[in-house]
Amino acid sequence: MSTATIDVHEVPTGSRVNYLNAQYGVKSWLLTTDHKRIALLYLASITLMFFVGGFFAVLMRLHLIEPQGALVQPETYNKLFTMHGVIMVFFFLVPSIPATLGNFLVPMMIGARDLAFPKLNLLSWYIYVIGAIFTLYAVISGGVDTGWTFYTPYSSSFSHTSVVPTALGVFITGFSSILTGLNFVVTIHKMRAPGLTWFRLPLFIWAIYATSIIFILGTPVIAITLFLLFLERVLHIGIFDPAIGGDPILFQHLFWFYSHPAVYIMILPGMGVMSELITCFSRKRIFGYSFVAFSSLAIAIISFLVWGHHMFVTGQSIYAGLIFSVLSFMVAIPSAVKVFNWTATLYKGSISYDAPMLYALGFIGLFTMGGLTGLFLASLATDVHLNGTYFIVAHFHYIMVGGAVMAYLGGIHFWWPKITGRLYPDGWARFAALVIFVGFNLTFFPQFMLGYLGMPRRYAVYPSEFQVLNVMSSAGASILGIGYLIPLIYLIWSMRYGPTAGPNPWGAKGLEWTTPSPPPTENFEEIPVVTEEAYDYAHSTVIRG
Amino acid sequence: MSEHIVPVKTYIGIFVALLCLTALTTGVAYVDLGAFNTVAALAIAVAKMLLVVLFFMHVKYSGGLTKVFILAGVLFFAILVTLTLADELTRHWSPTPTGWGTLAPLLSRFF
Repeated sequence: MSTATIDVHEVPTGSRVNYLNAQYGVKSWLLTTDHKRIALLYLASITLMFFVGGFFAVLMRLHLIEPQGALVQPETYNKLFTMHGVIMVFFFLVPSIPATLGNFLVPMMIGARDLAFPKLNLLSWYIYVIGAIFTLYAVISGGVDTGWTFYTPYSSSFSHTSVVPTALGVFITGFSSILTGLNFVVTIHKMRAPGLTWFRLPLFIWAIYATSIIFILGTPVIAITLFLLFLERVLHIGIFDPAIGGDPILFQHLFWFYSHPAVYIMILPGMGVMSELITCFSRKRIFGYSFVAFSSLAIAIISFLVWGHHMFVTGQSIYAGLIFSVLSFMVAIPSAVKVFNWTATLYKGSISYDAPMLYALGFIGLFTMGGLTGLFLASLATDVHLNGTYFIVAHFHYIMVGGAVMAYLGGIHFWWPKITGRLYPDGWARFAALVIFVGFNLTFFPQFMLGYLGMPRRYAVYPSEFQVLNVMSSAGASILGIGYLIPLIYLIWSMRYGPTAGPNPWGAKGLEWTTPSPPPTENFEEIPVVTEEAYDYAHSTVIRG
Repeated sequence: MSEHIVPVKTYIGIFVALLCLTALTTGVAYVDLGAFNTVAALAIAVAKMLLVVLFFMHVKYSGGLTKVFILAGVLFFAILVTLTLADELTRHWSPTPTGWGTLAPLLSRFF
């Protein structure tokens, strides 16, 4: 992709100054403005939140082994699913790929030395941490039981749990997203290397750009909505509660105006990772570059037009429902363009099944299932039957876990040698990918069936005829949990004991692979000049290792 | 772009204009304009918003890309309002189901 001529093949990792060993000490990390170090700060923080959120999920699945509930009181169960949702959505999924891989890779992929506003980048991490502390305080101070959607008037008038600290935590963290999005947009517009035109950009950059637009335009709305909730709960100003002149459906409009696009905040960066993985491990240029690029923007824009499909049965006008239904079907088009184009890229490719590619192939299958079941829910009539059931729980987990988390793990495995300069044990990595795929399907496929048969979500008890499927789901969750622990162990192990990675262990294209692993603080000794299109594997002379 | 230096006089003028418009909002609140109460309040608010965005936020002196992003924000706000109103304004279109009672006069002829 570039003509950069950095001779990095001969120098061992330990003896060269890089961003990891340039400075030492806690202070050098907490006050860093290096985008790569900030990416690692985010990686540590969101990994912690992922396992906290996962812990709540484990407790829920253990509870649901028995029809009458095996573990906790119903009130506690309400808190478990709420905290699981809040932490996973706002503190793991939303920042997952943008704040870690995005922070690390955006400057490196476009040939820049850092993001446009490095101090703002560090500020965004601190804001994230402050928001997370508020939310964890809410957990310790008794939890919150409103569901992650904070629906009014329950959340504003009736719940006696820690609604305000939780909402405040989410409110604060939103600003972290806005700052990150702003930083990416300015960086991508202004700091691309010479010759790196828009249509030579890696598709990961297009996806991050589209995500940043949603960050900037959507996040303020959730902040305002939670602020209005705060005003009603604390000052009793009638906004959402009909008893004091408000409209509860208005809350849902405002909430979903952000929170539906937020689903695309979670999946779009994953789609960007996918384009990098599929091309590298099939040694081919992407099929239909501009279609894949523009489909990211189309998804970002259409995502703002579909929020009403969450409200078909909650009192929204059926005429508005008709409009939202049609618009929701439209978002399937750019999503399908991506899936078909990845599949077409694989066609006649020289495919290798390294661990990142296993995650990528898993993504294609699971995202397709998640997307197609979304069409059931976008149809007015079938939604009446499926709304509020486990079918929805299964659907969005296929998108968010089967899609976003698989892509996140695929991306982490792909760029781990670049980030740390070390290789992880390949056999274990492939094994973990398979365990996660099996565990995921065993957890969530039975939930499609449970939902179709009529089991409502968010209930602590259920009729005994649903027990077999629930036990299957809980068994799958245990396998999935182990599947997530295995990479945690071997990735941490590899940081110290893994074999040294070369600058480009996968033989991948892209400016980031022209730098040493780990890269120096300034990324590039000389700013590269780009003379090729992205993914030009056909004319590649780069070899693996 | 941001290098443009705005005279202090302009800032003071805009500040005074904003204060006047605030006073106007307060004054209009005491006059009953009927259906135009909200329209008047929103019109003044939009005028104040434009002054802040154009002068205090320097958008008047900014490049095209900044203006595009500002317009995108306005467009997305318009989408939020329009589609929310698509619900609010059409809720009463659906007749409330009245149950089998409406058939009573018809059925009484036969039974």
